[in-house]
Amino acid sequence: MNPRSVVRQALERVESGFDAAFGARLNPLYQLGALGWFFYWIVAVSGLYLYVFFDTGIERAYASVEYMTHEQWYAAGVMRSLHRYASDALVVVVLLHLAREFVLDRYRGARWFPWFVGTPILWLIYASGISGYWVVWDKLAQYVAVATAEWLDALPIFGEPIARNFLHESVLSGRFFTLMVFIHIAVPLILLLVMWIHISRHTHARSNPPKALAIGSLAALVVLALAYPAVSQGPANLNEVPAVVSLDWFYLPLYPLFDRYSGLALWGLVGGVTLLLALLPWLPPKRVSAAATVHLDNCNGCGRCEADCPYSAITMVLRTDGAPFSQQAQVDDGRCVRCGICTGACPTATPYRRRSELVAGIELPQLSMQSLRDGTVAAVEKLRGDTKVIVYACDSAAARGLENDHTAVVNVPCVGHLPPALLDFTLTRRHADGVLLAGCRRGDCAFRLGIDWTEQRLAGLRDPYLRKRVPRERIHCVWAGFDGRAVLLREAAAFTERLRSLGSFKPGERGPAGAPAGTMVEN
Amino acid sequence: MLRILRGSAQALAYAAFVAFIGYFSASPSYTHTDPDKALIRLSFSHAGAPVRPCRRLTQEELAQLAPNMRKPMDCPRERLALLVEVTLDGQLLHRGSLPPSGLRGDGSSTAYERFTVDAGRHSLGVRMRDTPRESGFDHQREWQIDLKPRQSVMIDFRSETGGFKLL
Repeated sequence: MNPRSVVRQALERVESGFDAAFGARLNPLYQLGALGWFFYWIVAVSGLYLYVFFDTGIERAYASVEYMTHEQWYAAGVMRSLHRYASDALVVVVLLHLAREFVLDRYRGARWFPWFVGTPILWLIYASGISGYWVVWDKLAQYVAVATAEWLDALPIFGEPIARNFLHESVLSGRFFTLMVFIHIAVPLILLLVMWIHISRHTHARSNPPKALAIGSLAALVVLALAYPAVSQGPANLNEVPAVVSLDWFYLPLYPLFDRYSGLALWGLVGGVTLLLALLPWLPPKRVSAAATVHLDNCNGCGRCEADCPYSAITMVLRTDGAPFSQQAQVDDGRCVRCGICTGACPTATPYRRRSELVAGIELPQLSMQSLRDGTVAAVEKLRGDTKVIVYACDSAAARGLENDHTAVVNVPCVGHLPPALLDFTLTRRHADGVLLAGCRRGDCAFRLGIDWTEQRLAGLRDPYLRKRVPRERIHCVWAGFDGRAVLLREAAAFTERLRSLGSFKPGERGPAGAPAGTMVEN
Repeated sequence: MLRILRGSAQALAYAAFVAFIGYFSASPSYTHTDPDKALIRLSFSHAGAPVRPCRRLTQEELAQLAPNMRKPMDCPRERLALLVEVTLDGQLLHRGSLPPSGLRGDGSSTAYERFTVDAGRHSLGVRMRDTPRESGFDHQREWQIDLKPRQSVMIDFRSETGGFKLL
């Protein structure tokens, strides 16, 4: 097992713990990006409030912050603490988000774009935070101002050292300080723009965490703000060295290095890490198969593939083949992640066609509908048991070793690749007695929306629907993920037992009234 | 029961998260400079003399120039590097050559150095050469100072107000 798989397994074990506590829908580790947005908005709103009382002149800045912290502790003081702690929380979730996407290998191939755009986001977050510490104009601000200026001065691009502005009261530049206040407002606005670009290629992007998680996070930060309010560290005094400072280690972890290494060496370090991060999607480049292909003979321009594609890889364009439809699907190869969710959404991906060649309007060339149907039939034909189960396992499901006398496994890139008609075909044509869908963990689909769309299609909430004639109790979903082999084995065995008690499928068979859209289990 | 357990686990997770945030947002503290020491900073911006004196062009040289370019004096843009020395109690603390800024070397030289020193009484000297002379210095100053712990002083240079100043 390669190191990344080991880390991935460890990560999923940690996530399992959070699943147990929060449930998959509220698991904060599945919502890191959305939590980042949420913390950003807390910082923005609290910052707006603070700005009302903040004096932007260097002479009165500290006093105005002190007023907010002590005189108006119940409102502006809490807002100041929220402003700081939400900023810190933003750094934590963003770094976790970055590490998690790396471990799960969700940054290469067509996914290079959000990763690449994420690199300047890191810089902008740090620039926003550091400039924020600057404008309080306490001892920490003095230290940050001088150290940052010294670091900038290491670059041979400034005529006069910036640090000179903060060395003595007689040369203190109020104008430069006001510029920092402006930067502290402007940079977060730029950050917001880049965050929007970061998710611009995602359809149904999660920029809001579930309400319960948002309320819980906000409440926790408010409790922290009340219990441990953010305070200043005494007024800046340029005639005295701020010898000991309480650093915010989320934003200022590099500052102690300024005292040990040259400014240029640190620029090299930070620049090198930035460059490495930005180029990581191509180190090495992901080997990818062919992108989804549109077959115009079978495309009626319905637009379902466009609606379901999680990565905005499909657009509907004017018809080019003279067929009596106004539109046709067009795939952007550079954005297609090869999940096949578009095929699952295509109403022409129906395996019942026998007279003509089975070609859907949009397909993955490496796993056509024809080969999926034939693969299903061939797999179940090998089964010998009295109860036959076909498992459709996505690439992230731990379906290795699941095969036995009565269980066959067919691999698909994502469960969303499966058109409901295929499940209908498999069951009502009695190729199998039951269908088990094995996918990623709920809330953490490797292709973002595969599980959601599958559940909605099975429940008849999203087109194409699973037909009512299909007995739901013969479909079982296990969202256990990469580390969920034990769960999957257990569920497969239990499902087989249930099918055994149901007996063979009989046409017209109906499940119990109000039966759910297949039974579902999460790890 | 399960609900209570899950609720408790969630509360624990939130508490751990904010405790982590709260602690590392201001702890542990960092000792940037020994609190018993004082700090001397040298910081100024000053242009050295031109690398050579201006020269009056000959009539022949002027005649070779376009009529609108005929300035009688040829003055170089490039500036000399500054030589700066700082002494403390007679000991050389710093000696450095400060090259002029700018792609043509025609800008001011800038100095920015910091020295952490023991608190107490000291004799602080600074001298600078900004002309083509071979030896000696064009500007120098010495102060008797009594530095308190954590005190920060700055040596500045303003040619228009008499040279070096201790701020």
